[in-house]
Amino acid sequence: MTSPAPSPLSSSGPEPSLRVEDLAFAYPDGHQALYGVDLRVERGERVALLGPNGAGKTTLVLHLNGILTGGRGGVHVAGLPVDRRNLQEVRRRVGIVFQDPDDQLFMPTVGEDVAFGPRNLGLPEGEVQARVTAALAQVGMTGVADRPPHHLSFGQRRRVAVATVLAMHPEVLVLDEPSSNLDPAGRRELAEVLESLAVTVLMVTHDLPYALQLCPRSVVLDGGVVVADGPTRELLADADLLARHRLELPYGFSVRAAG
Amino acid sequence: MAAVHGGVLGAAYLAGDSPVHRLEPHAKVVAVLGFALVAVATPVHAAWSWTAYGGYLALVLLAAAVAGVGPGRLARGLAIEVPFVLFALLLPFVAQGPRVEVAGIAVSESGLAAAGGLLAKATLSVLAAVVLSATTEPRALLTGLERLRLPSLLVQILMFMIRYADVVGGELRRMRVARESRGFEGRNLGALRVLGPAAGSLFIRSYERGERVHLAMLSRGYTGRMPGGPVTAVPVRAWLTALVLPLGAAAVLVSGLLLG
Repeated sequence: MTSPAPSPLSSSGPEPSLRVEDLAFAYPDGHQALYGVDLRVERGERVALLGPNGAGKTTLVLHLNGILTGGRGGVHVAGLPVDRRNLQEVRRRVGIVFQDPDDQLFMPTVGEDVAFGPRNLGLPEGEVQARVTAALAQVGMTGVADRPPHHLSFGQRRRVAVATVLAMHPEVLVLDEPSSNLDPAGRRELAEVLESLAVTVLMVTHDLPYALQLCPRSVVLDGGVVVADGPTRELLADADLLARHRLELPYGFSVRAAG
Repeated sequence: MAAVHGGVLGAAYLAGDSPVHRLEPHAKVVAVLGFALVAVATPVHAAWSWTAYGGYLALVLLAAAVAGVGPGRLARGLAIEVPFVLFALLLPFVAQGPRVEVAGIAVSESGLAAAGGLLAKATLSVLAAVVLSATTEPRALLTGLERLRLPSLLVQILMFMIRYADVVGGELRRMRVARESRGFEGRNLGALRVLGPAAGSLFIRSYERGERVHLAMLSRGYTGRMPGGPVTAVPVRAWLTALVLPLGAAAVLVSGLLLG
């Protein structure tokens, strides 16, 4: 799969999937999490968002669909500004897959859970069912619609969680630590699913080999600002950069030897 | 990861395809409520009351037989009644009025009748509820309650309870394993000093999970209303079948009132 090269912020042309401009945010307790983040993700790109714990990654993600708002700067999703009036449409366009699938899958059965988003959009029931079937097929989970989530393996639940947002036909898929707690086979299966999707992906992760495998481009966030943005292979080959921002490749892993 | 297929709460459900299983859940809920109402409305002190209880019992056992719910399952379901039984056993001793001798002990006559009535009514209602829970999946029961216009918020709370009973149960189990792996034995009163904070931390964890679930719901367009699925109309026949139970019981009650 090819992706367009990251373009400079000034480029014109079609609206990017995500445009974050000078985003700053402090929590009510005074803790400042973001100090002016600029980020542009073109349509169809797969971008990894890297950074140590406490860098502001989650805060940034929660701004993308308007859960958090009210700081300086703004976010546009495919040209639509994230504000209170557009909340419903923004949340359709930005599909967030949270880290713990048990948080994401709250309905009694898998099918009802995947239908939850489309029904909130007010779609007719026939369309809802078509989307449920299609989304489960996209993640290779056809035939589990009637099962309760707790009967699935962890890897299966993670893939169903991806299906729950795919059913809303999002403009961009945001994944929070998609490979966490997966066994190697589950990890590979999820990678295959993500590679097969024709959708913009922003992937928050500590798993640098996974970022290299799936995302041609990476962005490093630390201390509430973007400190690096470029091809994943180059960033991961820069030992000084990784060390400065508490990022570490697994023991014995070589960027040159991989892929 | 639950030991029982269907999870902690699903354990009450017996899979099957009997006519009772196939009935619409809300029709069954109405039937059970109606049956319980008739049982409760039976006058305790009437001479014919025990004949009426016998009639109700025959009806509910018939329903259980049609549904394929065995005596073992019914008996286990009655365990929930134990607190009522304890209360009922006290009544003959504490109630006022003329005394009668039972096995050499003087007990209140009206208390005895009240206790007997209480026990019979509770047992009948619980039996009907056991048949309901054994033939209706928990989530179908929720759909039924929703169709009966139970406030949506209550239905949602019940729904989350069903979904997360296993998740919270799993957390509880892992905490216990972690405790016992370090040599903890909860045998004496001192153990409360450990179990108290454990309960507290389970509460905090569940509360935080609640916040994360809410976040995930908002992210998929939740606005406070749970979007419902397709609703199928209930054929009149299904209603009539379901209402055999309460209507039969009502017939017994009315004939008791008229003839007794």
